[in-house]
Amino acid sequence: MNIRTTRRGFLTGAAAAGAALVVGLKPNGSWAAAHGGAFVPNPFVRIDPDGTVTVILKHFEMGQGTSTGLTTLIAEEMDADWETIQIEFAPADTVTYMNTLMGVQGSGGSTAIANSFMQYREAGAAAKSLLVMAAAEEGGVDAGTVTAEKGTLSSGDNTASYGEAMAWVKEGATPNPVLKDPSQFTLIGTDHIPRKDSVAKTTGTATFAMDVMPEGVVYAVMQRSPKFGGTVVSFDDTAARAVPGVVDVKQTPMGVVVYGTNTWAAEQGRQALTVEWDFTNAETRSTSDMEAEYLAALDGEGLPARNDGDAAAALASAAKTIEAEFHFPFLAHAPMEPLNSVVQIADGKCQVWDGCQFHTVTQGAVGAVSGVGAENTSIETVYAGGSFGRRANFNSDYEVEATMAALALGDGRPVKLVWSREDDVRGGYYRPMVVHRVKAGVTAEGNLDAWHSSIATKSIFTGTPMGDAVVVNGVDVFSVEGVADTEYTIPNLAVDLRNMETPVSVLWWRSVGHSHSGYAMEVAMDMAAEAAGRDPVEFRQTLLANEPRTLAVLNMAAEKAGWGGDLPDGWGRGVAVHKSFNTRVAQVAEVSVTDGVVKIERIVAAVDLGVAVNPDVIRAQVEGAIGYGLGHAMRQKITFTDGEVDQSNFPDYEPLRISDMPKIEVHIVQSAEAPTGIGEPGLPPAAPAVANAIYAAMGKRVMRLPMVDDGIEFA
Amino acid sequence: MAITLNINGSAHEVDAPEDMPLLWAIRDVLGMTGTKFGCGVASCGACTVHVDGEPTRACQTPIGSVGEAAVTTIEGLSGPVAEAVQSAWQDLDVVQCGYCQSGQIMSAVGLLTENPKPDDQAIDDYMWGNVCRCATYTRIRAAIHEASSRMEA
Repeated sequence: MNIRTTRRGFLTGAAAAGAALVVGLKPNGSWAAAHGGAFVPNPFVRIDPDGTVTVILKHFEMGQGTSTGLTTLIAEEMDADWETIQIEFAPADTVTYMNTLMGVQGSGGSTAIANSFMQYREAGAAAKSLLVMAAAEEGGVDAGTVTAEKGTLSSGDNTASYGEAMAWVKEGATPNPVLKDPSQFTLIGTDHIPRKDSVAKTTGTATFAMDVMPEGVVYAVMQRSPKFGGTVVSFDDTAARAVPGVVDVKQTPMGVVVYGTNTWAAEQGRQALTVEWDFTNAETRSTSDMEAEYLAALDGEGLPARNDGDAAAALASAAKTIEAEFHFPFLAHAPMEPLNSVVQIADGKCQVWDGCQFHTVTQGAVGAVSGVGAENTSIETVYAGGSFGRRANFNSDYEVEATMAALALGDGRPVKLVWSREDDVRGGYYRPMVVHRVKAGVTAEGNLDAWHSSIATKSIFTGTPMGDAVVVNGVDVFSVEGVADTEYTIPNLAVDLRNMETPVSVLWWRSVGHSHSGYAMEVAMDMAAEAAGRDPVEFRQTLLANEPRTLAVLNMAAEKAGWGGDLPDGWGRGVAVHKSFNTRVAQVAEVSVTDGVVKIERIVAAVDLGVAVNPDVIRAQVEGAIGYGLGHAMRQKITFTDGEVDQSNFPDYEPLRISDMPKIEVHIVQSAEAPTGIGEPGLPPAAPAVANAIYAAMGKRVMRLPMVDDGIEFA
Repeated sequence: MAITLNINGSAHEVDAPEDMPLLWAIRDVLGMTGTKFGCGVASCGACTVHVDGEPTRACQTPIGSVGEAAVTTIEGLSGPVAEAVQSAWQDLDVVQCGYCQSGQIMSAVGLLTENPKPDDQAIDDYMWGNVCRCATYTRIRAAIHEASSRMEA
């Protein structure tokens, strides 16, 4: 989501913001001094009296590794000790902790490292410079003689820890940050430094919102309309209130809330609740009805999203053409931690505990709904048990629901509103359903000359606060990204869009538009290569001649995978390459087919994301994005019957399991370019690479996701 | 009526109905939060605890059925197998969001206790019921192999 850039230098006034304490200075010139308070040179670093260095994380941690990444940037420039440096999530404070690529405090669009790379390095360098200058003055030596390593300053025989040196920093001292030359890096780019969240997450001590239990907490669940857009007419809570442990039942604008002394009691109460719904404005169609409307729309005119040359004429005169129609279902994010947050409204203040992804929006929305205002709303961010996009939306839906539940209870007690897995799977904010038609034409010489993509889907951004910025002439760039902005050189290229309407709420889902456009583009590209009689890798190489970085990842993946080499009988190999979030990723997939049953054996990925801050985290993100993408491509979908979601929980929204996981190799291009993101870009090429491998192995083009709906059987 | 549960070597009184799942007794009544709620239908393994050493889905285990059995949660995990598993998990940086990992580790300890030298197929078979939406599965396999070799050392 590169919405807008509001680069803000943090250094202005940063030193003054700190509480540099000079307590009990010893005048003997030794670098040992007593001190009594924290040293906060800027909003991103704090040193406590015991010398502990803590990095303040403006981005949340949903597993993508930013708590390690941001800490790496500061520890690097500060020469802090990786073993002992601590992490802390920032409070909601849009001005101070803005994502400079989004214009709000929040995480998304694979921007965390991209927007923080210089800011956090500068913060670390600024902190170090204050310590160095203070220590030099204290020791009566030239600052140029002072070196720093792992939280210790040295000059000649003199040494001081940061905890000692911080006491010598005078209030109002001006930092003089000098960034390291990349050749001096000891952490950035190191193949593997331990994640900062590993120990807590392997000992059961990491705190997620689900684990927040303030004194007096009341547990709650909400009964929502079974059809999107339905509203409560009336409810009977007699049986619910009779359930042991149920303490109250209240109606809110979002649904009926059942409160209990524990989550299970609340859930039992909800199951005993009877609610009558008004479905006048609700979605009542089935998936087949929607699909018929999408297809009818595709037969009509679309809104132009790209129009180079004359695609229609070029298709008419092409030596060979291909046509393809791709179907993509609605998808739920289903993060491992079911959605929940804890909200307490008391004494004119509102406190939120949340795995918060979109602080600015949540603070504003909760402040408004609670009635105390954003300025009286505090958010304590805790670990998020996954998101994949779900936790960030323009309504802050689940935090607002928790706020409504707290408001309705009205006694000042903290309320924890928990979603069951069924609530989550049926709760909307889905990756939108898409139908995408491609026509492509190749010349007699085998060159790709024409491409026409026609896309039908519901817009994610239309009607949101960011709609004006990203919806141009009716075209939401996130509906057509990955095709309209393709890096392939195609002389005659047309992309058009039909905006479909439904009360079903839709949202960005890991890699947003690329999650479907990458598939259509890369499978149709293989079909075009076949029509041209050319090798899929060689065909793409020609089309990427003007995009050296993307071409390089394609070549690297092909080489590392042994493209063109022998495979066992019954195996197939497929390739896909796709740029998203300014990161280039190519993947080669290998599948085996035994008695018609497909097993995904291996994926070899090559990525170029500029400077690789934490290579091991990057590999983990690519592994995870591949797995997440493949699980959904293989067998996950959300469908409707008469407006109600057919799926309910993991048994029928069956996730990727360990037995499905292929071997994965990730190769990272060495680069000095500015870092881009990695949470999402590993996903788009995975499914098309597998689809192309399936075609190579068994001659079947997979046009409909999930693949099981197109007749593919998996081991 | 109060039920006495033997959790991590201590007796805990739980004043709750017999059909309350062990998961919610551990979490909401006793305040031990390392054991996670993921699906409520024994389909994801996030709530895995040991009951007399056997990996068990706490969300489908009524407290009335536990009796005097020894319940172990991630907070009470100890011994050479647990140490091998947790240290391998940390050294290989298996975790991403981390929410499923208590359950993954409880299952992995169960596997290695039963089969100290599992191959990939044995790992996949045993760990199949533990979902990781971050798809950390390649590292889970690798960490189990690593823990297995640490147990031999």
